[in-house]
Amino acid sequence: MTPTDISNPDYFHKVVDCQWACPAHTPVPEYIRLIAAGRYSDAYMVNWHSNVFPGVLGRTCDRPCEPACRRGRVEEEPVAICRLKRVAADNKEDVLARMPAIPSVGNGKRIACIGAGPASLTVARDLAPLGYEVHVYDEQAKGGGFIRSQIPRFRLPESVIDEEVGYITGRGGVVTHYNQRVGSLRALLGEGYDAVFVGAGAPRGRDLDVPGRREAAANIHIGIDWLSSVSFGHIEKVGRRVIVLGGGNTAMDCCRSARRLGGEQVTVVVRSGFEEMKASPWEKEDALKEGIPIRNFLVPKQVLHEDGRLTGMVFEAVKAERDAKGRRQLVPSGEPDVVIEANDVLVAIGQENAFPWIEGDLGIEFDRWGLPKLDEATLQSTLPQVFFGGDAAFGPKNIIWAVAHGHQAAVSIDLFCRGEDVSQRPPPDVVMSSQKMGIHEWSYDSAVSLDLRFKVPHAENEVALRDIKTEVELGYDRELAFKEAQRCLNCDVQTVFSAKLCIECDACVDICPVDCITFTEDGEEMELRDRLKMPAHNLEQAIYVADGLKTGRVMAKDEDVCLHCGMCAERCPTGAWDMQKFLLESAKPKAERVHACAIR
Amino acid sequence: MSFLPKPKLHHPKLPTNALGYTRRDYEGAISTLCAGCGHDSISAAIIQACFELDIEPHRVAKMSGIGCSSKTPDYFLGASHGFNSVHGRMPSVLTGANLANRELLYLGVSGDGDSASIGFGQFAHSIRRGVNMTYIVENNGVYGLTKGQFSATSDKGSKAKKGTVNTDEAIDLIGIALQLGATYVARSFSGDKDQLVPLIKGAMRHDGPAFIDCISPCVAFNNHEGSTKSYDFVREHNEAMNRLDVITGRAPITADYAPGEVREVEQHDGSILRLRKLHAEYDPTDRVAAMNHLHERKAAGEIVTGLLFIDPDPRDLHANLGTVARPLNRLGDAALVPGAAALEAINAGLR
Repeated sequence: MTPTDISNPDYFHKVVDCQWACPAHTPVPEYIRLIAAGRYSDAYMVNWHSNVFPGVLGRTCDRPCEPACRRGRVEEEPVAICRLKRVAADNKEDVLARMPAIPSVGNGKRIACIGAGPASLTVARDLAPLGYEVHVYDEQAKGGGFIRSQIPRFRLPESVIDEEVGYITGRGGVVTHYNQRVGSLRALLGEGYDAVFVGAGAPRGRDLDVPGRREAAANIHIGIDWLSSVSFGHIEKVGRRVIVLGGGNTAMDCCRSARRLGGEQVTVVVRSGFEEMKASPWEKEDALKEGIPIRNFLVPKQVLHEDGRLTGMVFEAVKAERDAKGRRQLVPSGEPDVVIEANDVLVAIGQENAFPWIEGDLGIEFDRWGLPKLDEATLQSTLPQVFFGGDAAFGPKNIIWAVAHGHQAAVSIDLFCRGEDVSQRPPPDVVMSSQKMGIHEWSYDSAVSLDLRFKVPHAENEVALRDIKTEVELGYDRELAFKEAQRCLNCDVQTVFSAKLCIECDACVDICPVDCITFTEDGEEMELRDRLKMPAHNLEQAIYVADGLKTGRVMAKDEDVCLHCGMCAERCPTGAWDMQKFLLESAKPKAERVHACAIR
Repeated sequence: MSFLPKPKLHHPKLPTNALGYTRRDYEGAISTLCAGCGHDSISAAIIQACFELDIEPHRVAKMSGIGCSSKTPDYFLGASHGFNSVHGRMPSVLTGANLANRELLYLGVSGDGDSASIGFGQFAHSIRRGVNMTYIVENNGVYGLTKGQFSATSDKGSKAKKGTVNTDEAIDLIGIALQLGATYVARSFSGDKDQLVPLIKGAMRHDGPAFIDCISPCVAFNNHEGSTKSYDFVREHNEAMNRLDVITGRAPITADYAPGEVREVEQHDGSILRLRKLHAEYDPTDRVAAMNHLHERKAAGEIVTGLLFIDPDPRDLHANLGTVARPLNRLGDAALVPGAAALEAINAGLR
């Protein structure tokens, strides 16, 4: 097969599964090593440059990195990446001085960001240090968007939001227009901004449409609206018996909030099965732990009410079946209907985008789902100076995606304002550095920990359920954090092979603890994968193939379960293997080069 | 050498054998030999062979003498019996152990210094006595531990690292083993595990003196231009007589071969050695022909490898001496110390 081109940054980037899976491409192993070294502020800054809200994300991220983590393929569970991030945020010192300076003289360009959520704030953070004057509009009194309005306080204390939003809005270059709802994009464009970024989120919760909905309206609440009312203190109580409809993370936040506001019997009711629920596994687990039953395969049929007061709901029992075309469908199971008594119902069955304030004749086109037509890479709309990001761009996703969009949009806006082609994306910054210090000494901790994943300590239910502002997760202390950090396999420390130095002595093959190296005759990829020392059947993981050996064979290394322990390089007599740290920072607008690569 | 032990984590799909062990369960401590040493590959081949043969680790006794090669038993079969003897004395210790308990599998590991110089006599006599063992010489043609002097197996005319030319004739251990009656004789190369692993398996299933001369390059002192035991030289001059598959009934091999290409030899324990011929005229059951062929090819500058001789029906030392079948450690005091009357009877019988 074609030898691997390791000069293409994507190749080694993919080996760092966590970083590749992170929409913002946070250099995860890099900051985990810094945490292990007790360098919490450095670890925080590596995060901050990539994902902007380490303290927030360390508590609330959807963690696409963890299912991707290589550790999860060699033992039971991945590294607790997300909670380690929080350790950096909890233990850091004052980091203000490390943040890029905001120039006292601007570059004369003015940018408007609509919404003060994570996408908009990321745009502001990336552009302000370049001299842009960024105006952020939001209808609320404080910045943060859904981070502030949707995530319950027991998962995310307000002080963390204030701090991290403050790093962006409180250092100059950013003008906030709070308590100000943008009612007309035409009017805003008329104010002469050089570019506009729409990061207004997906602010409309989907409603329920069953008999009795209207009559019992006083006790039926749209989940996201109810959560923000709780967040802002407008709602402090809920009925004793509560039904939460929906199986996503919003539903989990609703039921756990209800449990803290007087809900004694809180029941989550989901149309689909438990496994198919959209909520993250750990959120479901936390809800169950707080005594909230989750009932599956029940579809809302009717709202029961008496004298305008809600008394309960009727559900139809269903089961999953495959139709003739193999599509999964929910069909009535024939079991009797289920009645659940309740005082209040919270509806968390999805969100929709709505842009009533964008005039139809501005030149911004929308697709049939009501989403703007965008270039996926540049996030530019059909009106060149208007860019979208976050939930407003492609529908509801999550914070880390919003941040990733913010970075991309900032790059686009910067190119656009310079008059350059926005489709010419700048390459990422990549640094490779050998970790060799001696014959068998490496500048990373190459020993592989055998510890299983450490549990994050939680507050007891009696304490946690008493006050909605009591944070449930206590976070790792420094000692636990060190042990958990040591579970990281350092996948960014790459095995780099040089065929011309190799004498084919098999030392690396013999020592490799996971049998990932094979010297064999070349062949087509699928056939070659099959006859490696351990067949490489995980097709999502590359095999690293190098030719140019004296015997005419090739070296083929399956990246799938490599422990990055450095044993191959340690046992190599000629230095044909080297362990090199691959540090990649995804492209940011040009002047902001203060990134992770500066910390080595 | 390495400081850290090899990580315990292994490939999630690593296969297990009939005993439920993975290959990793047959490993020992981490090697302290130089990186790239051929001996480490031989250790890996022994591990692989024992795994594939479903050998219970506690049924193996590994013996060695002194030298780089003789350190290696520490690096494989960590759960087996072991004895690291005096320089060159592994064959006597192994013989003694074997006489005391014939139920274990004996694996002698030695080097060219240990077996061709200080222990040459020991090597020769253990072979001619027919001790049931697998005797592996990890042959690098150099005294590595003392920094690169020629050993007794260095070829005449080959060069040391600093350029000195060897003027002494080399001892060919294969020739000696054939001459002294070894019933399983093979040569291989540490850099060719496809060949080496089956040869070790065949030897361990052989009921007689099995000898394997394994060329094993010394990366530190004998892997240069002018050496005849370097990776490059051996690869260029390797002339394999055959390829071996050892069939023990558990996993039948179903590959098809043209008639005449394959020869099967059944060993005493029922295992079948399937030899794929690479040289049509070579007959591995003819001792005299094997010796002649070996000398011929050596004169032509080739290194002959493969299973060079096999006697499928060997006799071993116990059979020759008529010893008791039961291991000594399971005999009672009365049998082990029969007393003065019994001695008197023996003496009387000799008068």
